[in-house]
This record gives sequence, C-alpha cells and structure tokens, in this order.
Amino acid sequence: MFGRSFWGQTTPWSEMERLRREVNRLFASSPAVSGTRMAPGYPAINIWANEDGAIVTAELPGLDPEKLDIAVVENTLTLSGERQPLELAEGDVYHRRERGCGKFTRSFQLPFNVETGNVQALYEKGVLRITLPRAEADKPRKIAVKAA
Amino acid sequence: MANEQEPNIQETEKQEIVETGAERTRSRLAFVPRADIYETNEAIVLVTDMPGVDENSLDITLENDVLTIIGYVESEHPEGYGLAYNEYRVGDYERSFTLSSKVDRNKIEATVKDGVLRLRLPKAEPSMRKIAVAAG
Repeated sequence: MFGRSFWGQTTPWSEMERLRREVNRLFASSPAVSGTRMAPGYPAINIWANEDGAIVTAELPGLDPEKLDIAVVENTLTLSGERQPLELAEGDVYHRRERGCGKFTRSFQLPFNVETGNVQALYEKGVLRITLPRAEADKPRKIAVKAA
Repeated sequence: MANEQEPNIQETEKQEIVETGAERTRSRLAFVPRADIYETNEAIVLVTDMPGVDENSLDITLENDVLTIIGYVESEHPEGYGLAYNEYRVGDYERSFTLSSKVDRNKIEATVKDGVLRLRLPKAEPSMRKIAVAAG
C-alpha cells in the first residue's frame, strides 16, 4: 500500500501531510513552524549578510520607483513609499479587492555602519534589492599575534 | 460593507497553497497571488501581484472556462551571502478563476510590469438580439 503513493493515489500519509500543512497555515505560520517571522509592517523584508555587508530584499510589486524613498543613516535603513490604488473609471465596479495600497514607512537597524556612498538599489520585476556595504572602519580587523 | 477608502497595506503574509488532489511537479513553495478584479463596460480586468515574475516566467492557460495563472519565481539567494533575517518566503504563484461565458476568449490581453500581471478579458458581444415586432 505504501508504494501506491508513487502513482499519485491519495494515501493516509499524504492526506495527513496535507492536513498538517493546512493546520500550520491556519496557525498564521508561527515562527516555530515556518522559520519565517511575521513582518510587523509593510513591506516584508529578507536580509542576506556576509562579512562585507548586507543585501536587503523586499517584494514591492507595482510600485512607481519615483515614489520610493530609500534613506541610510549610519546603521539605519528606512524605506518609505506609496502604493497607488488602481485607477478605475466611473461606473467600473470591483469584484474583488485583495491588493493593499497606501503609504508605508519602515526602518531597520543593521548590525554595522553602512558605507553610505556605495549603497546600490535595484528594482526589478517588482522586487527591490538594496546592497549595503559595510563601512571600512567598521569591519572586523585581524590582529596578528607576535611570538615573544 | 467593507470600508474601501481605508488604506490597507499591513497584510504581508503570503498565502501558501495547500494541495488537495493533484500534486505539483515542482517541489517548491507555491503561493496564491493577491488579486484585484474589476468590471468595466467592455471588459473584466484582473490584476495580480506576482513579484519576481516577468513575461518569460508566466504560464496563462484557458481550458474549459477555467483560467489558470502560474508564475515561476527563481530563488533570490545572492551568491556569497547567507540569510540572516527572514520575513517572507519566495516561491511560485498559482491561481485559477472560472470565467463566465460572457468573455470573448480570443481577445484576452495580458501584460506584466514590475511584478504585476494585468489580464484584460473583453466581454463577448451579446449573441442574443432583440427582435422588433412589427404591428400586423
């Protein structure tokens, strides 16, 4: 009976697995389950880091890059902007409205000071990617130990 | 009645697809993209948020009145970096809608810009005509 699942049949196990995922989803993807923290604001971000700096990514579909403000002061990054609602003509009627719109602001503190002159931001396919190099003075220094 | 004036940009959690029945062949996460749908005099317009998707990574099919939108998203992992903090997950998008027979299937237009897909479904010309009755 276990082998049958390879051929696409529903087994009690796959049904259990489906149920487990559904329950996880209902519990609002708690961090313990998915490893993802619930974003306290908009947009949700991911931070990728290495010893030279960090890359912050955010999903901001349909944003006018002109209406996006990125500010970096020392170790704080602030993202603010506005997502415009759809322009409907008179007489047009909504059937469904799930996409959020409005103004947003979020600040993040990075664990290092940023080389503000070299920050790069790229907006592509609705995904924002900000590269934040670590300030030279802030980088950890290797200390050579001399033999006495 | 929902208050439509209130800006609502707080919800950021992506809704993961839970499989029922047929399974997906790609072993990746999949999400339900958020959609706005509105109706004009000439068409029904569907707008979906699919960040990470462009014209080359979209599959739109229409089969037996069911319109299916699939967007494939590549991992965003930058080379040489490790994930330090994680608030959203990246995965494909999939969603289906049942179309009413009023739509003119041959004139559906799709455009994608900045991760937003816009589908215009023109309404079909009414096939029923009023017949004037002349007085005998």
